[in-house]
Amino acid sequence: MSLSLFFEQILNGLQFGIMLFVMAAGLTLVFGVMGLINLAHGSLYMVGAFACAAVAAATGSFWLGLVASLAAAAIAGVIVEIVVIRRLYARDHLDQVLATFALILIFSEATRYFFGSFPLYLDTPDILSGALTFPGGFQYPAYRLAIIVIGFVVAAGLFWLIGSTRLGIRIRAGESDREMITALGVDIGRLYTVVFALGAALAGFAGALVGAIQSVQIGMGEPVLILAFVVIVIGGIGSIPGALVASILVGLTDTLGRTLLPIVFGTFMDNSAATSTGSALASMLIYILMAAILVFRPTGLFGARG
Amino acid sequence: MLKSLGKIAALTTLLLAGTAHADPVKVGMITTLSGGGAGLGIDVRDGFMLAVKQSGNKDISVVVEDDQRKPDIAVQLADKMIQSEKVDVLTGIIWSNLAIAVVPAAVAQGKFYLSPNAGPSALAGKGCNKNYFNVAWQNDNLSEGAGAYAKATGYKNSFILAPNYPAGKDMLTGYKRTYGGDLAGEVFTKLGQKDYAAEIAQIRASGADSVFFFLPGGMGISFMKQYAASGVDTPLVGPAFSFDQGILQAVGAAAVGVRNASQWSKDIDNPTNKAFVETFQKEYGRLPSLYASQGFDTAALLLSAMGKADVKDADAFRAALKSADFNSTRGSFSFTENHHPVQDIYVREVIKEGDIYTNKIVSTALSGHGNVYVDQCKM
Repeated sequence: MSLSLFFEQILNGLQFGIMLFVMAAGLTLVFGVMGLINLAHGSLYMVGAFACAAVAAATGSFWLGLVASLAAAAIAGVIVEIVVIRRLYARDHLDQVLATFALILIFSEATRYFFGSFPLYLDTPDILSGALTFPGGFQYPAYRLAIIVIGFVVAAGLFWLIGSTRLGIRIRAGESDREMITALGVDIGRLYTVVFALGAALAGFAGALVGAIQSVQIGMGEPVLILAFVVIVIGGIGSIPGALVASILVGLTDTLGRTLLPIVFGTFMDNSAATSTGSALASMLIYILMAAILVFRPTGLFGARG
Repeated sequence: MLKSLGKIAALTTLLLAGTAHADPVKVGMITTLSGGGAGLGIDVRDGFMLAVKQSGNKDISVVVEDDQRKPDIAVQLADKMIQSEKVDVLTGIIWSNLAIAVVPAAVAQGKFYLSPNAGPSALAGKGCNKNYFNVAWQNDNLSEGAGAYAKATGYKNSFILAPNYPAGKDMLTGYKRTYGGDLAGEVFTKLGQKDYAAEIAQIRASGADSVFFFLPGGMGISFMKQYAASGVDTPLVGPAFSFDQGILQAVGAAAVGVRNASQWSKDIDNPTNKAFVETFQKEYGRLPSLYASQGFDTAALLLSAMGKADVKDADAFRAALKSADFNSTRGSFSFTENHHPVQDIYVREVIKEGDIYTNKIVSTALSGHGNVYVDQCKM
């Protein structure tokens, strides 16, 4: 494997990881602060992608679509929080799973009702289409580089929000002691709505960014949701730095595993057996990683000590 | 008295056997109507129902259920349809892994299964069955067409790529069978994978002169958009599944010019096909895909057999199906000994026609093409 291929795969892993982070950040906040398991987080990702595709098709501007994705997902998040989620905080996890699973079905069928069953068209903006050529002839798609940059900007923004703003202090306080922060006069109900809307907006944003290079279709959120849960379990529930480290770890493990494992197996097996065994094992790799980390740190990398 | 009654009964039975077609046929359609693969199932269903509607035949009733692309759900639906709905014929399955889970049990219970899409090698060779008919293709077929095209074009070093499931393996086998050149790389991806950055990087590094890929539905949309943005300009070739009418609009300009192999195209010149394309468009407001043509042909075959024999008389009905006496949208059509199509495979090119992305036929890759599993099949 040549050095430039290896470097390209590192970038690919980074890009995959950082998008997972944008998706997982909202999930881990909602789980950490409110103790809520939200399976419908993937649906908000889909809402963002569809809003972006619809607005981009109507106006011709991808950037307006991106703004629409943030707004649509945040609004959907607020509505869902007020109508459904609010009733679930005091219930046990099984009730939450059932109710939010129902939300997945409702979101999917509603999207099908409005947009039909066929995938929507959404392409990258012209300014970011094609590949950038680096010195030495190394090429990399401009849009993926932009995603990496945007992802890190979002991460920096979140660290600042959680670490140095009043809202961030309340979120952290809500995470460690819900009763005490209520007693101090903070309107916990409103805080929950804000956190949920923030998480939803991030999921929708990730959906729109990724939708432009993948396919905008019904059910696109669920595979990502599973990965996002893996990320927050590895990182430690409720921890934003944990989610960042874990998502990059998962992104790199998955991407490099897919490329390297078949090569490794190829050294002692014939070619087509090696590709099929290698790729089968590669798809399990992140779950093996999760299991291994949980053995040594049962609360995740950055989780509170139990 | 008793004797004459017996005679009358025997006579009536004979009469009934003669005009046997009055016996209604109940069809159970298990197909994918939700989730990422929904477009394919909806096209098969719509094509099938169009043929039924046009025939005006009141003796056929169809129950449609959604398998959600999950093998376990497909198996449950098949059990339900056989046991409580009492269907005579099953059809509809899109995905090979679902077909392998459902078909053997269904045909073992004496039901007919007409496949409008999936044609895994497992059901064409050793696992073939006298009650299983495939109206679409054996999985290898379109890839064999793509391989023949690659060979004729002079490609010598292909990078090949497919998802890790039965159809993916069949497709790569099919391509290798007719292509005959060297392989710059061979990669299996996850079924349902959406990000192909890692694979595209491998293609870039491999020095291949052509890329063969089989990625049906949303996987193909993602791959082609990402490929177009990657700056890699190695020519693509593949079976029609990543270029069907349902997904081309979502891929957009990234697909224009790509050559693909198909047993059907909307510009095949015969009256049945012309009428089919026109009426499908009128009925559903969109152009048909190859899946829709397969659904249409499946229903046309079934209706032709219903006109010849009673479904309760399994041997006669089977012979009627085997004779393939119907007007196919593909023109000439017959069955091999293992009940898979003999047909032409075309090379198509993606073009933009007005505002619509679609395909036109460039050449014929393979004529009167059957499949290689005939010899392994003992019925």
